[in-house]
Amino acid sequence: MLDARDRQLLAHIQLGLPLCARPYQAIGDAIAMPETEVIERLTRLKHLGLIKRLGVIVKHRPLGYNANAMIVWDIPDALIHALGTQLSRYEFVTLCYQRPRLEAWPYNLYCMIHGKDRATVLAQLAQLDSACQLTDFKREILFSRQCFKQRGALYPRASKQRAYG
Amino acid sequence: MLSPLQQRLLNDFQRDFPLSARPYQDIAEQLGVTEQAVLAAFAELNARHYISRIGPVIRPNQIGASTLVAMAVPADELQAVADLVSAYPEVNHNYEREHHFNLWFVLIAADAAHLQAVLDDIEQHTGYTALSLPLVQEFFIDLGFPLDLAHA
Repeated sequence: MLDARDRQLLAHIQLGLPLCARPYQAIGDAIAMPETEVIERLTRLKHLGLIKRLGVIVKHRPLGYNANAMIVWDIPDALIHALGTQLSRYEFVTLCYQRPRLEAWPYNLYCMIHGKDRATVLAQLAQLDSACQLTDFKREILFSRQCFKQRGALYPRASKQRAYG
Repeated sequence: MLSPLQQRLLNDFQRDFPLSARPYQDIAEQLGVTEQAVLAAFAELNARHYISRIGPVIRPNQIGASTLVAMAVPADELQAVADLVSAYPEVNHNYEREHHFNLWFVLIAADAAHLQAVLDDIEQHTGYTALSLPLVQEFFIDLGFPLDLAHA
């Protein structure tokens, strides 16, 4: 799992690698960690799957991917793992996960489709419906309208917590 | 228009960015250009807001606590409430969606107590209920996907 130095490293790298010849050295300099150790630790975290991927994180909207649908279903608990795994195999499904049902929001399976236009996304959804036999389950489609804020996950350091009250 | 180099940088390095001392040099060699050209192309993609960063996507809930939050806000108050929500450093990906629950955002905090404090604070300051929908199980999370950049 993650040790204190891993956490420190991730806290410093989360805003992105600098655009310079030795970016890992630059990250290491900020936390007094040798470049080789930065690379070793990142390699290990990626190998362990704690880093899901390392690379270019694109902004979809400026690139013309303006139709973003979050689709939610209410799936029986016994089926959710199989269906979630099945949906994840489709290239156009960019996220798929389970969240708890609430009284005001009785859905437990979520999947995200990014497309260039609504018709494409709806056609892809229809493909999922028939291939995975999803039409029997209650579902909703939530297209995104405006983006107020988009930023990579910022994991605050414990020492920088703000107080609320 | 995106140059062929920029298109390849956007598409080919979403997952396995080189973990080497000179990653941009390695990319340059792979693509048959100079390291300077790679750095300049990334700088332009960044300046044009085509990329948010080059970095890791960390498996959820490895560091701190996070949750997806939904709120139902009247249309005429949406911008004001969204601005209030966006101002929290713990908030990212704050979106309007077409639904009665029209404001969706992700909250990330150092621990569960801090997360709850931010949720309470948001409810108190906006006057609207915040549905907290923390991850139960991931099937697939943001591994990047191939972009069709022909008309980008």
